Amino acid sequence: MSPLDKKMVRTLSRLKGQAVAIASVIALGVMTLVMMTGLVGTLSETRSTYYERYRLADVFAPAARAPQTVLQHLANLPGVAAVEGRVIGGALITLAEAGRPVRATALSIPRDARPLLNSYMLTSGRAPRVGRNDEVLLLQSFAEAVGLAPGDSLSATMNGARRTLVVVGLAQSPEFIYIAAPGEIVPDDTRFAVLWMLEDAMAAAFDMKGAFNEALLLLSRNANTQEVIAGANRLLDKYGGLGAYGLEDQASNRFVTEEIAGLRATVGVVPPIFLAIAAFLLNIVIARMIQSEREQIGILKAFGYTSLEIGVHYFKLVLVIALCGAVFGGALGILSGRLLSGAYQTYYKFPFLVFQISAGAFAIGVTVSVLAASAGAILVLRSVFSLTPAIAMRPPAPVDYSRTGAFGSRMKRLLDQPTRMVIRRIVRQPGRILGAIVGIACGMALSVGMVSILAGFDKTIDMTFSVIDRSDAMVSFTHPLSDTVQYELASLGGVHAVEPVRVVPVEFRHGLRQYRGAVNGLQEGARLNRALKSDLEPVELHTNGIVLSTALAKVLNAEIGDTIEIDVLEGRRPNLTVQVTGVAETLLGSPAYMSLEGLNRILKEPGRVSAVYLSAESDRLEALQLYFAELPRVAGISVKRDAEQAMQKIMNEGAGSTRYVMALIAAVITFGIIYNTARISFAESMRDLASLRVIGFTKGEASYVLLGELAAVVLVALPLGALMGYFLSFAISAGFSTDIYQVPSVFNPSGYGTAALVVLAASIVSGWIVKRDVDRVDLVEALKIKE
Amino acid sequence: MKHPPGYTFRTEALSKVYGEGEAAVHALRGVDLEIPKGEMVVLLGASGSGKSTLLNILGGLDHASGGHAWFEGIELTNLSDRELTLYRRQHVGFVFQFYNLMPSLTAEENVELVTEIAQNPMRPADALGLVGLDARKDHFPAQLSGGEQQRVAIARAIAKTPTVLFCDEPTGALDSQTGRAVLRVLKDVNERLNTTVLIVTHAAATADMADRVIKFADGMIRDVQVNSEKLTPEEINW
Ligand SMILES: Nc1ncnc2c1ncn2[C@@H]1O[C@H](COP(=O)(O)OP(=O)(O)O)[C@@H](O)[C@H]1O
Ligand SMILES: [Mg+2]
Repeated sequence: MSPLDKKMVRTLSRLKGQAVAIASVIALGVMTLVMMTGLVGTLSETRSTYYERYRLADVFAPAARAPQTVLQHLANLPGVAAVEGRVIGGALITLAEAGRPVRATALSIPRDARPLLNSYMLTSGRAPRVGRNDEVLLLQSFAEAVGLAPGDSLSATMNGARRTLVVVGLAQSPEFIYIAAPGEIVPDDTRFAVLWMLEDAMAAAFDMKGAFNEALLLLSRNANTQEVIAGANRLLDKYGGLGAYGLEDQASNRFVTEEIAGLRATVGVVPPIFLAIAAFLLNIVIARMIQSEREQIGILKAFGYTSLEIGVHYFKLVLVIALCGAVFGGALGILSGRLLSGAYQTYYKFPFLVFQISAGAFAIGVTVSVLAASAGAILVLRSVFSLTPAIAMRPPAPVDYSRTGAFGSRMKRLLDQPTRMVIRRIVRQPGRILGAIVGIACGMALSVGMVSILAGFDKTIDMTFSVIDRSDAMVSFTHPLSDTVQYELASLGGVHAVEPVRVVPVEFRHGLRQYRGAVNGLQEGARLNRALKSDLEPVELHTNGIVLSTALAKVLNAEIGDTIEIDVLEGRRPNLTVQVTGVAETLLGSPAYMSLEGLNRILKEPGRVSAVYLSAESDRLEALQLYFAELPRVAGISVKRDAEQAMQKIMNEGAGSTRYVMALIAAVITFGIIYNTARISFAESMRDLASLRVIGFTKGEASYVLLGELAAVVLVALPLGALMGYFLSFAISAGFSTDIYQVPSVFNPSGYGTAALVVLAASIVSGWIVKRDVDRVDLVEALKIKE
Repeated sequence: MKHPPGYTFRTEALSKVYGEGEAAVHALRGVDLEIPKGEMVVLLGASGSGKSTLLNILGGLDHASGGHAWFEGIELTNLSDRELTLYRRQHVGFVFQFYNLMPSLTAEENVELVTEIAQNPMRPADALGLVGLDARKDHFPAQLSGGEQQRVAIARAIAKTPTVLFCDEPTGALDSQTGRAVLRVLKDVNERLNTTVLIVTHAAATADMADRVIKFADGMIRDVQVNSEKLTPEEINW
């Protein structure tokens, strides 16, 4: 090993505390990137593998009742690779113990084979036997959530008839990765079930002998989806076609896709910020580390080492630290990416995971770290190389303190000697101090940003479940009913108030943008569920205009005054043109609102409601649920308390869960920055401190000179970092928002206080560690050798 | 005027100014000098008289502000930084006023630092043997006394068998016993390898062993004296 390499190894081991701190910061930056990219890669690869393996359809074409013969025509459409017809129907399951009615979807399966399309994966038990029309497969997540197993029976109401079914097996399906009741956003394993029954049984239950009510189409690779959809609509029109739609509008897929897109957006914003801050810190630290080697660089030059040789030497040093950090971070990132993917599995029902490691993310992480470190090194090396060796070799001339001016005699009385030293050091080396301030401010900004986001998640829940929706439950009907139903419900015991709503499934279109969603017709002066403006005042609903949620307005690229088209997907399926008259602030989903009266009028169906919001005595909710389960016209009842808990869960187990990991990483990076700042200050002033001790300063006084400076730096950095964090939080909140929920950046003073506490705690711990080192300085050694 | 053969260094009106304006320090104010090949030269003068500055310029560590300096026909004052680096690497050995050892390297490794890039080096252990430190070759600078550090610095300077050896107060920190040993080494190098040796010193007695004694004052040469008879280091009266 050459003497220079030995020097490098020894320098590394001398600086090990600091090298480890730097490497950790790099590691965390790289880890965040690798973890998140791996997570996104794994989820999207798993999704497509799952879809492919179980042949999920590309186009879904529902109809009222179409004869089997139509399937052949569908198969002949250009671009269609495979077709299968099935019977799909709603069911309401009543469980023996829980007693609560649960909405379910019943699907037909071929008599003697697995479905050709939208197949299921049998996780336990067996498929129903031919002839046993009471045997069903049950969705595994529901079965597990409510404690059902093969062999158990359940009672279900289908098409108005109550029957008892036997569960013979449990299954999972790519069609139901994200499990929420139809029309609902918040997933809940206990509140939605899927039943697979033999086609004979389904045909009998739903009166579909020789017919189907949903065609599944698999497309060939280069097929034009829009043309196939148009063709299917044409073929199914006379059979009550309900509008074919592509996979991208399929509920479960849409949520999974949005989740992945949301994560991908997070990957695009948050890890780069972390990495940038780590890189910045690295740059400063390396620069200062090399600055402290100035005299040694001078000697090497004096002996005839070329600038290149010296540059390579320091580059190696930087490379070792950066690579160690990056490799460690990469490994950690892969590991945590896997853990996170696994956590997703409990929430998105993937039966397996196809792990992906992002080599690109790792390469980017390593490159950014090495570049940042090298940039710091090159900057300093260039300035040292520009000195003649004769000058570089000498200890730097004492910093000229003359320009700080003499302290007035009054100041002298007020400030003791060490304090005056602190002030002079700060005033005379503004560059050094500025670097430290900006570094610590970055740490503060990161903490503020993450704390704001944590508060943003809470705000989303609070807005959605306490401000916008103030009801206790929503009862939805199997089909629109006369609005007199509300008086019936209002007269039930324990019900305080009732508010009707009409929810109509539609496809919105504006220019080239389109979105499959629903319009909510709200009563004028609604109190239980309202459309609110950003100032939380209710939006005025005109009888002939539509109010879009901010998220929907963004998707459609529509503004107030624009005209949008609406294809209604139920009843007579009219095409409407309405003007956007307002924008409502929502943080969950992408709803649209019209006045109930206006909506019914343009649908030409006056006095119809499809659901009602209830406010009721909380101890009566259970009984009400039981009561509604018996009503044939009731499709389901969702209790807001349950929905809120489920939402909390999605935010804690889905993409939102990464916020905790990120917050932790932010805290560690903040600590790393502050610790490094303190350490470097110590290294730079060790000789001065030793000199102070030699001339009779106490340990406390000597530390005070250093810690006083750190304290001053932190005090300036806090407000600066708070300001930077305020802006950073907008970027981070955009990264965390998904199509399902938006995460606002919340300015809350207590959050800033928390962030400040994190920074202060990190400063105190760092200060304490450095103080210990100051106390331990071997005076003779420190003065004898110039490190 | 061309560089006459047989001289290692020649300077003409060499000057050096540090700083500017009112704060300017004239460290050299026109130095004309000739140093023949293979001589041992001693520079004497009060502190601050410009001795180190002259050494730095001749050694290629610093640029002159005016005038000319030649090394064996090469005009040093014309060389680029890259060429000066090559000059130092191939021809020059330094012993500094401050020991300037690498604190993170052992004595032997400090010597290796120079032999690594030299064209015709001694073995590091031999160089350390010459200064009587072979037993301490694995010690770090922090474990050595000031005098021992200076001897490591000398070993480091001679290990490359330089054409010219610059010593800035090499014996300043040493007791007379060690001082003599160090001078012995310098004399051996001078005689055996025909290395030109320039020594800056406070100890006027050292001048008795030099071929040539140059007295410095206020950045100018006051007096040059050529010794017809030289004493050996052992005979010097400290
Ligand atoms: N880098 C420098 N910057 C400013 N002044 C310098 C520098 N180096 C030396 N000097 C000044 O130049 C003069 C000559 O210094 P030097 O050559 O070191 O003297 P000597 O070695 O004879 O003691 C002194 O006045 C010294 O203060
Ligand atoms: Mg000197």
